[in-house]
Amino acid sequence: MPAEFYYGVEVFLNGLMAGVMYSLVALGFVLIFKASGIFNYAQGIMALFAALTLVGFQEGQIPFSHLINAIFGTELHHFGWHMPAFFAILAALVIMIIFAWLVEKLILQHLVNQEPIILFMATIGLAYFMEGFGDLMWGSNVKKLDIGIPQGGNFWIEESTAFLGGPDFYGFYLDTLDIYATFIAAALVIALVIFSQYTKTGRALRAVADDHQAALSVGISLRAIWVIVWAIAGFVALVAGIMWGAKSGVQFSLSLIALKALPVLMLGGFTSIPGAIIGGLIIGVGEKMFEFLIGAPLLGGATENWFAYMVALVFLVFRPQGLFGEKIIERV
Amino acid sequence: MKLRNALIAAFTGVCVATPVLADLVFPALTYRTGAYAVSGIPQADGYSDYFTMLNERDGGIGGEPIKVVECETQYNTEKGVECYEKTKGLGALVYQPMSTGITYQLIPKASADGIPIHSMGYGRTSAANGKVFPYVFNYPANYWNGASAVVNHILELNGGNIKGKKIALVYHNSGYGKEPIRTLEELSAKHGFDLTLLPVDHPGQEQKSQWLQIRRERPDYVTMWGWGVMNQVAIQEAANIRYPMENFIGIWWSGSENDVIPAGDAADGYKALALHAPGMDFPLFDDMKKHVYDKGMAAGAGDQIGTILYNRGMFQAILAAEAVKVAQKMSGKADITAAEMRVGMENLKVDQAMFSNLGLPNFAPNLSVSCDNHGGAGLVAVQQWDAKAKTWSLVSDFKPTDMDVINKLITEDSSAYAKENNITPKCL
Repeated sequence: MPAEFYYGVEVFLNGLMAGVMYSLVALGFVLIFKASGIFNYAQGIMALFAALTLVGFQEGQIPFSHLINAIFGTELHHFGWHMPAFFAILAALVIMIIFAWLVEKLILQHLVNQEPIILFMATIGLAYFMEGFGDLMWGSNVKKLDIGIPQGGNFWIEESTAFLGGPDFYGFYLDTLDIYATFIAAALVIALVIFSQYTKTGRALRAVADDHQAALSVGISLRAIWVIVWAIAGFVALVAGIMWGAKSGVQFSLSLIALKALPVLMLGGFTSIPGAIIGGLIIGVGEKMFEFLIGAPLLGGATENWFAYMVALVFLVFRPQGLFGEKIIERV
Repeated sequence: MKLRNALIAAFTGVCVATPVLADLVFPALTYRTGAYAVSGIPQADGYSDYFTMLNERDGGIGGEPIKVVECETQYNTEKGVECYEKTKGLGALVYQPMSTGITYQLIPKASADGIPIHSMGYGRTSAANGKVFPYVFNYPANYWNGASAVVNHILELNGGNIKGKKIALVYHNSGYGKEPIRTLEELSAKHGFDLTLLPVDHPGQEQKSQWLQIRRERPDYVTMWGWGVMNQVAIQEAANIRYPMENFIGIWWSGSENDVIPAGDAADGYKALALHAPGMDFPLFDDMKKHVYDKGMAAGAGDQIGTILYNRGMFQAILAAEAVKVAQKMSGKADITAAEMRVGMENLKVDQAMFSNLGLPNFAPNLSVSCDNHGGAGLVAVQQWDAKAKTWSLVSDFKPTDMDVINKLITEDSSAYAKENNITPKCL
């Protein structure tokens, strides 16, 4: 087989890995949409805020230090300790749970029974607030995120596959971080499925997702479920923030990863966890293979963004609810 | 109700319409929020802090106080234009749009309004032709100088012969990122190297395809025209595929601390072009400390002092202040107008004696602006990142670029612009 063939396989594998990264972002959207019918515009910002908080705890940064210094003329920056990654993740998770509780308390409970567009608008407001709040709390500089997951091409895979395609083939390149992300995403999905299928809270969550009114009538607290769902989405955002933040550093453009989730959601459906995964994989592989086979050699490159949305649009035409989404039939 | 409405109208009128009289007004189109805030904040801080220092130390310029009017653009072109419209009536002397997109939109507007634009190291490259763009200045160097500086550096490393070498350009797929292509193509024909173009779509968080292609094709050198998160991801991806960092050279907008810190030790040896020296090892910073930082008057959080982009913002302010001095001298008055500022900018000359007087010895190369040449001498240096010390250091002098190629392109592009817009090239 010529080297070009194996490079095609390499692009395919990297497409799968990229798809997993997109799915991680899309999962957070799906969880909240499924449980409350809200398209959470703030999901990208949540990933950013979670990652900022994690790095802040790790580095022992004093929250709001810039604000405190400006008001009191102090020169506070850091506590002087470094928190181990595991505890920093736990602490960031606690903050995301508090965040979920506050969102329910301050926003959602006042908007019960409002139109979905109103709830969507509320999440836009939340996104902008969180962006400013995160800036105020942790500062705006780029932060290095390191929780011990190695990065870079995997030597072992590279060396043990280099013989395949002759002298022009350098072995398969797979980023170790992406391999970790794949296992973490798989574990996350399995945990979410077990939680929703085999726990009382999970069943309540599914009941709310199926029918708010019916769930309320059997005594399920809608408000408690919303807090739980937003907390889980916060946890998913933390995982996405860690994976994406490790690649680019934690900075405010991290919130733009939401852009990569939209075609995945359009393709996989807004209400399906497997849809988010499969959709991510299709988009990841599709855009990378298109760029490799057609985009770069024939169209000058940079086709990935529009190709992802084009695939999603084609799916919308033939299957508006997405691959795994629920078909909504409203009878008059 | 009528009284309340009247009060609101009066208050709004005072806030919006009152011109700032008898001040030297410098609107700053900054971006302290949004996806590019990381790069916008240090530049805005440096720009503002230098003027604060002049106010505190010297009482302004020529005895005239300075007023910096910040307007938040979020690096968004529409918001940038809104900011321009909102601030131009305040007596604006010069605009620093801090964005190539905003600069392109403001060129016809500011030219019609008679307010000069200084797009330092960005914006429309052919604006260096002052006969076609009398109100636009892009000194001390432009993107085409940058492209030539990269090639010159590679020529130096290869004993002057790069025939058959492969150079890849990884660029932001926007007007900004595409700016060097034409020059690199000309230089490719002149020196015989192969050029590969690798565009990256905004914002640049996902670049796997581009770096897999680089890994497959193994170019000898990679150069980058990136901005924001694109820079950090590209440097990380280069490290991931174990691309030799000393062969990776970014434009001056891809060479700040923000760009290399996320990649950690792996970024060691990465190079970028430089318009000025890095660091705080200059006597000027003693004055900045005494008159600004110690008084708690530093802009923003005061945590960007001495970074590459802070120094760049400061350099922009320095060149603006020096142009004001020229304008004041030429007009014989302290409270100059935008038209007089334009004349000051067109007659600006900065040499090493002047830099030493400012407390910035060897900070940047000499500069001489004229009607023919709004782009300066195009002298560019190369800096390199030391990951262990977390510092940038210049690894070359400020050297000339291939003006034969660049001037030809500037003439072609500016002539086409003049023809499209019915402009008769002339000195004002």
